[in-house]
Amino acid sequence: MSDIRYVSNDNGNGVLASDGYVMDAINFDGWIRGRFLGFKRGKRTQYEHTALLQLENVNSKEETTFYEGKRVAYLYRAPTEKKGTHIRCIWGRITRPHGNSGVVRAKFRHNLPPHAMGASVRVMLYPSTI
Amino acid sequence: MAKSVSKNQLAPGISRLSRSKAFAKRAAYKITKVVPKAKAEAAAKKTGSKRKGGKRHTDLVAALTYRKSEFCPANVLTAPKAGRKALRSPKLRQSITPGTVLILLAGRFRGKRVVFLKQLKSGLLLVTGPFKINGVPLRRVNQAYVIATSTTVDLAGANVDAKFDDAYFKREEQAKLKGTEEEFFGAKAQKKEHPAHRIADQKTADKDVLAAVAKVPYLAS
Repeated sequence: MSDIRYVSNDNGNGVLASDGYVMDAINFDGWIRGRFLGFKRGKRTQYEHTALLQLENVNSKEETTFYEGKRVAYLYRAPTEKKGTHIRCIWGRITRPHGNSGVVRAKFRHNLPPHAMGASVRVMLYPSTI
Repeated sequence: MAKSVSKNQLAPGISRLSRSKAFAKRAAYKITKVVPKAKAEAAAKKTGSKRKGGKRHTDLVAALTYRKSEFCPANVLTAPKAGRKALRSPKLRQSITPGTVLILLAGRFRGKRVVFLKQLKSGLLLVTGPFKINGVPLRRVNQAYVIATSTTVDLAGANVDAKFDDAYFKREEQAKLKGTEEEFFGAKAQKKEHPAHRIADQKTADKDVLAAVAKVPYLAS
């Protein structure tokens, strides 16, 4: 997990990480999109302390290893302004893969609210190890 | 009839054999400690006492109970034990070497590509835009918030001034305004003037980097 090579792609300038994670050098958000699928659960019991996230373009357990440990932010809006903004955030971290298809488990500082199921979540690229 | 396994301990700390039995078992009565005379004399000189029999015992007792005795200064008893943690700067990732172009992941300059200069003693990375190129000044950055690219700038000839260390970057303590009249009347927060010496330092630090960057086509963009 060490090489990042500049590779030109359609946009002209791209950056290819060795694990296949392609970053667009120009449109660089610094985070990738994920969706909050639901909580870790069995058929009849759910564990709200662990959330399941589907990361964009991550489709297998092997691809998941890059994201392990990365911080995740769930952002939402609120009517009252706090600290100069209406946007609030719940931080968490990706802890481990979930299953074989790229879904990932995450633990947040506070459990995610259930109405957030299906909502987007930002997966940051830090703490970085590359 | 099964032979039971003989354990030498009935319970942790309680041996199966009594002291006399153990002594007999070991045939310790046969053992005499033979200490070469020279060694014994040297040892005696060191400790300043003749270690024989009863005196030795009292010496031992004295040594073991020193902390409780009246001769031991009080601060020795109450002082916390000196920790033995060695402060080491965290390991630098293999992919990061002086001159490597890094991508900042968080903070004010997220997304910017900067040049790595050196690792400071605190473990933070010293980094510069260079300022002329992308507006990132000399700055400290944590390894975890950085992606190292394989692109490097040749800084072989460059000399990063040793004065840039953690103390240089330490935040100045701001006088607390809370509770004073000024704060109550809503005094304007003074705009922090970028100290002139910082600007000058930036220029000197960047000189070498800029020269190296100019050598590589398109690197500046």
